[in-house]
Amino acid sequence: MWNNIYAWLDERLGFNDLYTNLLDRPEPKTSWWNTLGSASLFLFILQGLTGIFLTVYYTPSPDHAYDSITYIMEGVAFGWLIRGIHHWGATLMVLVVFIHMLRVFFTASFKYPRELTWLIGIGLFLTTLGMGFTGYLLPWNQKAYWATTVGTQIAGTVPFIGEFILKVLRGGPELSALTLQRFFAAHIWIIPAILAALIGIHLYLIIKHGESHFPEKED
Amino acid sequence: MSDSHELSRRDFIKVTTGIVGGLIGAVVGLPSVFYLIDPALREGGKDAWIPIGKFEDMQVGTPYPFSFTRVQVNGWERTASSFGGYAVRRSDSPDDLLVLNSRCTHLACTVNWSEEGRVFLCPCHDAAFSMEGEVLNGPPPRALDIYEEHRVNEEGIVEIFFKEG
Ligand code: HEM
Ligand code: FES
Repeated sequence: MWNNIYAWLDERLGFNDLYTNLLDRPEPKTSWWNTLGSASLFLFILQGLTGIFLTVYYTPSPDHAYDSITYIMEGVAFGWLIRGIHHWGATLMVLVVFIHMLRVFFTASFKYPRELTWLIGIGLFLTTLGMGFTGYLLPWNQKAYWATTVGTQIAGTVPFIGEFILKVLRGGPELSALTLQRFFAAHIWIIPAILAALIGIHLYLIIKHGESHFPEKED
Repeated sequence: MSDSHELSRRDFIKVTTGIVGGLIGAVVGLPSVFYLIDPALREGGKDAWIPIGKFEDMQVGTPYPFSFTRVQVNGWERTASSFGGYAVRRSDSPDDLLVLNSRCTHLACTVNWSEEGRVFLCPCHDAAFSMEGEVLNGPPPRALDIYEEHRVNEEGIVEIFFKEG
């Protein structure tokens, strides 16, 4: 019976084709360096899950942000674990994405026909940094507050439109409740949506082109 | 021969991936469940004797309204919850006191004493309860709850025993 159900579903959904195309593709001789993209994807999913769990208790308001995080760490069962994974996972993700990018560079895998995959990858790296930058403010402690003061001040040094950029980032001339709220919105909705869309295109391109062959000595 | 070798190598990868994935899923998944349901596992606050009013102010035949608040720490904030009810003296005997909870037994709105109708009325779905708390009309499934334990202290103040949660 299970076989029949499986066959019925497979005929309409095409599991088997998906399986062959996604997980059973032919690969050139690869190495552990080729696993870093998948590691980045895994970390993204892990950050997404633990991030969603954090929002169950976290409050993006200057009055309560710090207290709610203290409560996550000290009051909630396994709160230290969920926040710990999200906190260290954030740093690890930046690191892994960066090393993945270095590997693509050193194996010259960005060349024809993979230029777009590389460009999308630049976008992925920048949005990952954006996640780190916006997430860093959320605990609303001294380090977070001053890091964001400095970060947005640097953005303010852009010629001509710097002051405007600074006001857009802060939601006004100074850091305030509006800054925390918009960083939160960017951190949990806007940037993850962009990141997810970019990941989708990136993966499509990888499946379309397959993994690149590493250059040999004589290439 | 090389064919069967290929196969076992692939199966090995599949099984290892499954086991490692399962382990990671369990390490993140199980704590997450406890993390999410944590507030539901908490014990309520402390029980206490709450003063509700002077016994001499309570008239036979007229429900005496009272209310009180209890403050609880929920997460990172102190939340005050209000409770209330009516003390009903049925006769001159000091023991003949009925302390009703004004929380409607239907869906938890607050009932009010109506002097014209001499009933408790619930504004939400038009329920009526008698002075003794019995359902006269409307959807409530049972009579108003009562504070079973009450006493009159040395200063003549009525206190009820309140269990939180
Ligand atoms: C995808 C990559 C992500 C990265 C690189 C990232 C990075 C960060 C960083 C650096 C912090 C501050 C860490 C700390 O000091 O606590 C943080 C906090 C936070 N993140 Fe993320 N995050 C990501 C995804 C998400 C997602 C998808 C959500 C929600 C849907 C989320 C929700 C939160 C929340 C609520 C906090 C505040 C709690 C806290 O600071 O511990 N994050 N994130
Ligand atoms: S809540 Fe009182 S009648 Fe429905």
